[in-house]
Amino acid sequence: MHDRGGWPTDAPIDRAEHELADWEMLMDSIVGTLGARGVMNVDELRRGIESMGPADYEAASYYERWLFATEKILAEKGVLSPGELDEQVAR
Amino acid sequence: MSFAHGEKVRIAPRPHEGHHRTPAYLKGKAGTIERVHDRFLNPETHAYGKDGRPEQRLYLVGFALHDVWPGYGGPRDDRLFADVFEHWLEPES
Repeated sequence: MHDRGGWPTDAPIDRAEHELADWEMLMDSIVGTLGARGVMNVDELRRGIESMGPADYEAASYYERWLFATEKILAEKGVLSPGELDEQVAR
Repeated sequence: MSFAHGEKVRIAPRPHEGHHRTPAYLKGKAGTIERVHDRFLNPETHAYGKDGRPEQRLYLVGFALHDVWPGYGGPRDDRLFADVFEHWLEPES
């Protein structure tokens, strides 16, 4: 999903603030740390987000897109092996 | 080619496969240089494991909303501002 901006819509803009969940703050910290350590830069993060399919992209929240992209880029770089996160989550 | 504050420019209408930061809705649109930013790593290569060099000059470009969205119903002087890299700008006479 690339270049989403500027598409016409009749839906109202949701300007409501919302409390960040713990996992969202953690996601932000992970991306910040990966950037500071030179593992993943913001342009790679954005490319990862843009690689989402349109339906997944629309259904995902802001930080869910970060999670998707981070997992993809880290797998691409060999930092995560295929299925590693799923195995950890299943434990 | 570099640009100065107040210069008229047009966003290159070319398509580009892969990650880039130039919004499709601005391609081919004419605007004005509002601010000359610093130079930054090129996201078009930096997003793909390259070092992003040479750095590219970034500009703040202002557009009339009436030019961006033909049918725009708001005030005539409503404007839109976007950061655009130099290699996406063409001189506009």
